[in-house]
Amino acid sequence: MTPEEAFDAAMRYENRANPYPYFDELRKTPVVRVTNGIYAVTGYDELIALAHDPRVSSDRRKSHAPSAGDGPVVDESVLAMIEAYDRDPSFIASDPPDHDRARRQCMRFFGPPHSPDVIPSQEPLCQRIVNELLDKAARKNRMDVVDEFAYPLPVNVICRVIGVPIEDEPQFHPWIADAITGLFDLGPDIETEEGQARRAKGEAANLAFKKYIIGLLEKAEKSPGPGMISQLVHDDGPDGRMSPSAIVNNIILLFAAGHDSTVNLISHCVLTVLRNPESIELLRNRPDLIPGAIEEVLRLQSSVQFFPTRSALADIEIAGTTIPRGSPIYLIYAAANRDPRRFPDPDGFDPQRADNEHVGWGRGIHVCFGGPLARLEVNTAFEAFLRRVENPRLIEDPPSYRVSQVFRGPRHLFIDYDGIMPDRR
Amino acid sequence: MNRNSFKDNGRIVIVGASLAGLRAAEGLREEGFRGQLTIIGDEPDEPYDRPPLSKQVLKGWVAADHTKLPRLRQVDAEWRLGVAATALDRANRLVRLADGSEVPGDRLLIATGVRARRWPNAEEAALQGVHTVRTSADAARLQAALAGGPRRVLIIGSGFIGSEVASVCRELGLEVTVTERGPAPLSGALGGVIGTIAAEMQRAAGVDLRTGVSVLALEGDAAGHVRRARLSDGSTLDVDVVVTSLGSIRNVEWLDGCGLAAGFWGVGCDAGCRAFDINAVVTTNVFVAGDIARAPHVLYDYQFLVMEHWDNAVLGARVAAHNMVCDEVDRWAHLLIPQFWSGQFGVNIKSVGVPSFGDEIVFTQGSVKQRRFAAAYGRRGRIVGAVTFNHGKWIEHYRQEIARSGPFPPQPPGFDFPENMRVMPADFPARGVPTEAPDVVLTGHAPSERRAEFRPRQR
Repeated sequence: MTPEEAFDAAMRYENRANPYPYFDELRKTPVVRVTNGIYAVTGYDELIALAHDPRVSSDRRKSHAPSAGDGPVVDESVLAMIEAYDRDPSFIASDPPDHDRARRQCMRFFGPPHSPDVIPSQEPLCQRIVNELLDKAARKNRMDVVDEFAYPLPVNVICRVIGVPIEDEPQFHPWIADAITGLFDLGPDIETEEGQARRAKGEAANLAFKKYIIGLLEKAEKSPGPGMISQLVHDDGPDGRMSPSAIVNNIILLFAAGHDSTVNLISHCVLTVLRNPESIELLRNRPDLIPGAIEEVLRLQSSVQFFPTRSALADIEIAGTTIPRGSPIYLIYAAANRDPRRFPDPDGFDPQRADNEHVGWGRGIHVCFGGPLARLEVNTAFEAFLRRVENPRLIEDPPSYRVSQVFRGPRHLFIDYDGIMPDRR
Repeated sequence: MNRNSFKDNGRIVIVGASLAGLRAAEGLREEGFRGQLTIIGDEPDEPYDRPPLSKQVLKGWVAADHTKLPRLRQVDAEWRLGVAATALDRANRLVRLADGSEVPGDRLLIATGVRARRWPNAEEAALQGVHTVRTSADAARLQAALAGGPRRVLIIGSGFIGSEVASVCRELGLEVTVTERGPAPLSGALGGVIGTIAAEMQRAAGVDLRTGVSVLALEGDAAGHVRRARLSDGSTLDVDVVVTSLGSIRNVEWLDGCGLAAGFWGVGCDAGCRAFDINAVVTTNVFVAGDIARAPHVLYDYQFLVMEHWDNAVLGARVAAHNMVCDEVDRWAHLLIPQFWSGQFGVNIKSVGVPSFGDEIVFTQGSVKQRRFAAAYGRRGRIVGAVTFNHGKWIEHYRQEIARSGPFPPQPPGFDFPENMRVMPADFPARGVPTEAPDVVLTGHAPSERRAEFRPRQR
């Protein structure tokens, strides 16, 4: 199998439930040129090196990557909006110093030292939501872990943090789902007729969602409210105020990343322990092991498997390969996390794995912004699930997966169970 | 005694009950050592973490007795705390203690670390209000003194401890004078180019920084409390609190006469933590870890390196523990690329490698003006160290470049170019001034201390 074939296979939807054998195949050359001149990085050491290399850019405007196509046919007013709100990319797609400033400006309203209470203060909400969801499930013996358990928690929390009305969920949820399905399918499937239709739908959804966020921003300009949108619009911090286009793009980034990847991790936690039933007893008896077990799930099933922003700004020599200047680079976290040179028994689930410095949160300056919030949410959900759900069983394995290979997770995860214990904490 | 029976029945003594001693004890149990384990420490406290003492503790965020080190596992050891080791009798395999007792053991780990260098005039050093910061008790006393609202604090010496204390004083709104005999703060560890930036940071924060100035005398009042300092620039300062931060002294005195390679720079050992005797012959049963260990390093021309850093204590202790009980073919090397951090004046400083091994410096990323940058140190065309100010997430890149002896100056970044990317002399002070010694030091031998007996060519 050539590297291109392995890469295409890993990207193809039919292998979404288990792309890992193809990552293993790719890793025979830890940094290797694949389809469309992309350099796929699957070795752990090589990924760590490139994630910290100041010659690797995250600003797509600096790469030779082909642009996303001609875009949808739109009217004049939409073009004007794109003109106004596309200028400054989000910080995940920026380099220092812009990246550092934007991340600081956002962190001012999310974490210490300026906002140390934002994340911890979500805990009561997390507990309440999780227990309500389980109470609801107590009336039956089957649930879809994705839709009925994993999804509602993060979306409620991120709405509160960002300042998006949860009442609008029926409106924005399909936009985000369509945008991820249409714009974050980076494999060969997108070239099919069906794929092109998905892409068009995704672009329309992306635009609609952006318009929606712009609406919230304009509203916050007139009347300040709770949440990051309003806080960024009225920011008087040491770095000054972000441009409206940077606010919009960063809010879209945080909002989408802030629930989608968390949903995938919660679902994968449940899936993984149900595949390894002996671990359920262990974690029930020793809840102190749960945080480590979550990290192990993230190592095995990285919620963000890679992110397609990086490119080389110079010829970079690494692991016997020279990445030519301008080439797109995919740091494939999901592959590096199973590098046998770094992790013994890399495909095994060991909730007590020692020395588990996986790259599931990314590394370097782009390391996950929302990690501390995600950890709180996933811990709360997973702990309650283990404690309250009696004798859970998988109905189908593998479950059906979502389309995107970037934000990879089950679309549904049906389980049967004997009952739900009352919340007696 | 074969290996397995040693693991079951051996006796190991660890002298030093701080970070290295504790982690070594845990490492030994992790390795399956089931024999008798004794840990001796001169301080009365259980092992505690020192980095917060000069930062969070002084600021009053954390009580001095709340920095106990987390225990990674049970160690099932006999703890002899509050009693110092006074001698090592290698022939009889005994450690003698200050209370007259003796602790026998088959293998020994030396982890006695360093202590703060005191103000050299004993009478002045004994005045109330004259402090050092090394132990938890030191930090508790100094915190109380700072909380009492002194009119002015004088800090003598502007290495990392002195600079961190000065930073805390300014955050507490206290007037503070820092005297530094050298040209700039931190210049021993990071050189004059970075020292100049550190000096600007101090002055911008309102520190009365006086470089090239030493303190001639400290004077007390009738009650024996320090009140004045006379400086070499001719001035006199009214001060209520004096912090002497003059670097450290290795706790080797208890090893006098035992025949080990112990001296000013610590206890010589191989890269596997096995102690050398005075002739540089490696011992079998004596191991060294932490601040006091001094071992040759492959990256730095096999020169001996001492590293007064947290990760050196943790990782060195782990290697020592392994090598104390493993098979000969299974020994590990402790070849650390040193790394440390400091927090002062709102800036997170991180460093990797051995900057003072370099003689040139170049800014590689960020902005010096905005105090967020990375700089690399080079020697003979290769990178040997790096420092970051509020740029710590890049340190891994420099660690990797140092590990592979990458080129100096390094390739330029792709973005965020510093204002000035010229290679400059790093401007380290001349070697030999003990109070200006960096925390990572390449330690050549001192010929005056040489006691080796050379083997004659002919018998």
